[in-house]
Amino acid sequence: MFARGLKRKCADGDEDMEGALASLQRQSLLDMSLVKLQLCHMLVEPNLCRSVLIANTVRQIQEEMTQDGTWRVMAPQTAGQAPRDRLVSTEILCRAAWEQDGELPAPGSADGDAPDLVSHLCGAPSAPAPRSTQGCVWDVDGPGEDRGSLQKSLDQIFETLESKTPSSVEGLFGDMDSPYYDLDAVLTGMVGSKSARRPLPSSLFRGQGGFLQAGRPPGPA
Amino acid sequence: MAGAGGGGCPAGANDLQWCFSQVKGAIDEDVAEADIISTVEFNYSGDLLATGDKGGRVVIFQREQENKSRPHSRGEYNVYSTFQSHEPEFDYLKSLEIEEKINKIRWLPQQNAAQFLLSTNDKTIKLWKISERDKRAEGYNLKDEDGRLRDPFRITALRVPILKPMDLMVEASPRRIFANAHTYHINSISVNSDHETYLSADDLRINLWHLEITDRSFNIVDMKPANMEELTEVITAAEFHPHQCNVFVHSSSKGTTRLCDMRSSALCDTHSKFFEEPEDPSSRSFFSEIISSISDVKFSHSGRYMMTRDYLSVKVWDLNMESRPVETHQVHEYLRSKLCSLYENDCIFDKFECCWSGSDSAIMTGSYNNFFRMFDRNTRRDVTLEASRENSKPRASLKPRKVCTGAKRKRDEISVDSLDFSKKILHTAWHPAGNVIAVAATNNLYIFQDKVN
Repeated sequence: MFARGLKRKCADGDEDMEGALASLQRQSLLDMSLVKLQLCHMLVEPNLCRSVLIANTVRQIQEEMTQDGTWRVMAPQTAGQAPRDRLVSTEILCRAAWEQDGELPAPGSADGDAPDLVSHLCGAPSAPAPRSTQGCVWDVDGPGEDRGSLQKSLDQIFETLESKTPSSVEGLFGDMDSPYYDLDAVLTGMVGSKSARRPLPSSLFRGQGGFLQAGRPPGPA
Repeated sequence: MAGAGGGGCPAGANDLQWCFSQVKGAIDEDVAEADIISTVEFNYSGDLLATGDKGGRVVIFQREQENKSRPHSRGEYNVYSTFQSHEPEFDYLKSLEIEEKINKIRWLPQQNAAQFLLSTNDKTIKLWKISERDKRAEGYNLKDEDGRLRDPFRITALRVPILKPMDLMVEASPRRIFANAHTYHINSISVNSDHETYLSADDLRINLWHLEITDRSFNIVDMKPANMEELTEVITAAEFHPHQCNVFVHSSSKGTTRLCDMRSSALCDTHSKFFEEPEDPSSRSFFSEIISSISDVKFSHSGRYMMTRDYLSVKVWDLNMESRPVETHQVHEYLRSKLCSLYENDCIFDKFECCWSGSDSAIMTGSYNNFFRMFDRNTRRDVTLEASRENSKPRASLKPRKVCTGAKRKRDEISVDSLDFSKKILHTAWHPAGNVIAVAATNNLYIFQDKVN
């Protein structure tokens, strides 16, 4: 159980250790938040206040990670664009502006897989089907709004979770295992492989490895 | 009664000895979801107490007249009327279910023999008329006593029907249905002091209605951004000023409260006053925004102050000072170090309400483990009490409870880790004139009275 997301002074003054611990706590909080948001997508009608608060928290973490340089490390090849333009809420929750502009730095495999993942999600009888009429998670104004953006936002989540750079994951987690993945298992009710690198769809709602990239992921390393 | 202005020094919350009076609801450990109480409200006189539940039902209790032959029964509340206010609905356009849970009940001031209240779920507000019938007409010409029509040819004489007393029957009938005005979930309704209009607030918009007109409402606040992707703040509560019919406040998920004056413009997107306490940078964490989100806002009866409830505290604001509250009361500061766990189990999103005593000398709000807290604004003392069946002997005094944060736990204290977070007191109400309080603990309604009487 963690106290806060802030770094705390360690008695023995081991900076690296303390920094890594805070990073891990922050990462875990990010993972937890993303899972909560994903679950929001699946609810009948998401509680808007809760969704907004969680999204703001995710954005806050992203900002801090950007400042720390942790986020920028995972940044995609579109280096020209400031990371701040790609704050989390735009990408995860609603159709991303950059997707509309067509600037997909698309690793072919990631794109190719995403529709399969989504269709698998739709097809899987045990998974609650995304409500295609719901559109953007916050966009409940009715049929006039885009109905496809829910699927697109799911696309984005699955893509990023699937094709994160193994090296970056290792950088953060190293040999860390159980506790953080147990969190996922508890939240998703699934106990299974703890591999951070195993792609979906077997673990549809995993937040493990987290949402490390600011934008479209680079091609698999 | 104490607190209603008798004598020089009004008795505060702690000069009173709170005693158990009644508890309503099932005793089973197994709580039916539909029975969970979702709102509690006294009417203007305090003689009626209404509760709404997740199953869409409203139950109204009426206070018995104090009876000389039963001196110990100091005005008990008994069931007066029960009716189904809202039914579950299905929105076919969005393929979404609309919950029948009653989010709020607000009484209208009494103007004739009948009582009126507004009840709302996520989407629809209804005006209910509750009236008594204690007479029945007998001796109709065209029908028998059991209602069957008489053959007109058989009628040879006419008589005048007479009114005869009957057992009291309380009828509730829906008089107005205010629907289709809210895209998002309604969180508040508030009756205006003009007794003709009321407001309803959802996550992004506030609408103004006239009680007589159901097919039209005026949008007075709109916080929806042009691009929903930019949404970062929602409306969490709203209330009209108790005396100034042009003034209302609304609170947000970012911990700010805006006071608006409807005379200044038709659309009150810009505020007249903006209440926000600057953040303490030393206590900043990733949870700062979530715990600053205001779950309830209430004007004092005097209209001079307002109170906001956020996750860990209650703040009293002077309407003339926007920069910071005049009082801050910690509800359960011991939870500050547990915020991550509370975020994980979603308790951090619980919306606690708060209320003023009739004289504004004390305020009350709920907490976990069926605890509720009272703060006396005059003596600056506070007390933690518990709503539980174990303290439910008639007129038994409530013993103050204490949560221990350190390692050393005294005998009667409870440690933070032993608190039951599933037992949350979100809804409480204080009698407008006297010292009677109603506390909703999941599916049970507790009524406490003071011993001074």
